[in-house]
Amino acid sequence: MSTGATTRKQRGGLGQLLIPLIAIGLLVVFNLIRDPGFFSVETKLNNNGSTVLSGNLISIINGASELAILAMGMTLVTAACGGQDISVGAAAAIAGSVFVKIIRGASPVTGGTVVLAFLACCAVAVIFDAFNGTLVSVFRIQPMIATLILYTCGRSIAYWINGGATPTIDSAITGAIGSFIPGIPVPTPVLIVALMALLFSLVFRFTTLGLYTQAVGINQSAARLMGINTTFIKLLSFMVLGVCVSVAGTIGVCRLQLINHETLLIDIEMDTILAVAIGGNSLGGGKFKISGSILGAYVIQMLTITLYAMKVSSTDVKAYKAIVIILLVVIGSPVVKRWFAGMMARRLAGRRPAAAGKEAQVP
Amino acid sequence: MSNTKEIRRREPLTDTQLLMTITICIFAVMYALAMILLGGGFLRAQQVFDLLNDNAALIIVACGLTVVMIGGGIDISVGGVTSLVVMSCVLYLNGGGNIPMALLLALGIGLAFGLVHGLLVSYLEIQPFIVTLAGMFFARGMTTILSVNPQKLAHEGMNAIRGIKIEIPWLGYVAKNGNLIPGRIELGVAVALLCVAAVWALLRFARMGRNFYALGGNQQSALMLGINVKRTRFVTYLISGLLSGIAGFVFMMHTGAGNATNAAGAEMNAIASSIIGGTLLTGGVGSVIGTLFGTLTLTTIKKIVVTSGLKEPWWQSITTGLMLFFFIVLQSVVLSNRGKRKAAVKG
Repeated sequence: MSTGATTRKQRGGLGQLLIPLIAIGLLVVFNLIRDPGFFSVETKLNNNGSTVLSGNLISIINGASELAILAMGMTLVTAACGGQDISVGAAAAIAGSVFVKIIRGASPVTGGTVVLAFLACCAVAVIFDAFNGTLVSVFRIQPMIATLILYTCGRSIAYWINGGATPTIDSAITGAIGSFIPGIPVPTPVLIVALMALLFSLVFRFTTLGLYTQAVGINQSAARLMGINTTFIKLLSFMVLGVCVSVAGTIGVCRLQLINHETLLIDIEMDTILAVAIGGNSLGGGKFKISGSILGAYVIQMLTITLYAMKVSSTDVKAYKAIVIILLVVIGSPVVKRWFAGMMARRLAGRRPAAAGKEAQVP
Repeated sequence: MSNTKEIRRREPLTDTQLLMTITICIFAVMYALAMILLGGGFLRAQQVFDLLNDNAALIIVACGLTVVMIGGGIDISVGGVTSLVVMSCVLYLNGGGNIPMALLLALGIGLAFGLVHGLLVSYLEIQPFIVTLAGMFFARGMTTILSVNPQKLAHEGMNAIRGIKIEIPWLGYVAKNGNLIPGRIELGVAVALLCVAAVWALLRFARMGRNFYALGGNQQSALMLGINVKRTRFVTYLISGLLSGIAGFVFMMHTGAGNATNAAGAEMNAIASSIIGGTLLTGGVGSVIGTLFGTLTLTTIKKIVVTSGLKEPWWQSITTGLMLFFFIVLQSVVLSNRGKRKAAVKG
């Protein structure tokens, strides 16, 4: 009986990751048929003279970094509040502007300045997300509506921080954050994603944050009666997202070595929510799996790169992306899953009537 | 009969009515302040007409969105669908099409999007945000596939219809050279107001409309009352799609050009209008009259910001954000106070 329960639990855990894994599998097969050399990774010398990895696979993993980091934070907010933050792009633009402002303020840019700039932009992003979090947790406003405020005016605040220009930064250190650290062939953003994922898994391993977040998301009243401070958990989830936003904003700025408040991580809020949903997390809150969201981010980026490789223009990509997304969510929809499960059960029952009969007697 | 009347009289305002009243009052106060402090254009009736002329499409889109939100869903594809309709109608008319077919095309595209969204959301139980997000991506992508470059409408008949304006002399004003300029309203505004009236009647008097409120209020209860929940939800998306199609046609009548960036951000403006108008995203509460005033409030704020000399582009969005903040917190405080009072009365 207990073994049955564990297998079901394991199947449930894998089942959530099934959709992103199937999507990645399909995209890999499709690309390999189209172009057998699509995923070949080669080394080449970059401008600084160090050997680095390059190729489609690297650009997929590298390009999805900001999305993956934001998806981690968004998963937590979604799980705790049952809604999404649509202001992440705007908040990242604010964080990026603060980062650029401080970097430009220092004449010799040292490692210390970069750390200071990051801490400052992190603090600013956390404050802005705490504002969102307060509206959601204390004033009980729907997350999407509460964050609509920052979504509306965030990029204007970013514009105002740097006085309207699109200033550039010119420093070897920020360049290294955006591309490669000399001597390491893996793009730095990928390393940052790995670091963030490690941090998240450590936090969930050694604290009760994950458990409490799920409890609040599944049933808020019950969680409160069990002694969980639901207001604080919701606020905390937003503040964690704030940290993710500042990291994503910093990577985005360092990649381009400039801040353009209008285009930095534009429309990323939609992709982030999509990554969370493709990862099999319910957008209504409750149970969550951060690994699913990270996979979801890579699915989206792989799809985008595949479409670019097929010479689809960047403005038309959206239409094809929509079709693939609809196909994915239809496969993952509760109705189709139920139908599929029913069919499987019927087939099993037809093949092994004795076993099915035994199973039916157990409950 | 007299019995029911008595009961109705004793009933306090519902949440829907309360939030709508607050919006209308705030709009009136804000407009009065603008008239006193800024004067000029705000003293003319034409200012209101201009607000309506410029935002007829937004009003229609927001109506459809309100219906979906009352049913407890969300439709963020509305702006994209509007943009796609504008582009396809302009290309069709420029290619030698006739006007009735263009209208049918607009309605058809809108209905097709509503149909697919409704099917996926209500019958396949997929989250509405994802479905309509994909719908928005598809519509925006299709618009650029149709044409990346702006297309100007070159159909004579359509341009003639675009030129028709309803003139109201007694609401006009005397220009500097002494000529009387009558109040001018575009045809699109009439369409928008008709849409508002139709949706209002549907929500107020039709059984289907009352079902929307029941569905958004509590899905389980609606199911137990014998409402066909799936079909009701399906219809909300259908209405939203249809209204997006109409909005596209009205948008084309107003601008007379198809552009890939048409109605950019319309979905968020429409959501903001509905919220300011007192519709709750949780469903079950809201009204189109509120939404109409919500749209007017939102656009008046922008107008006031521009008129008062804050020309820099960031002021508009920052003041809009602050205004949203004000309304959202106000709603939250009002509703939670009512909840407390009700609980106190019951206890």
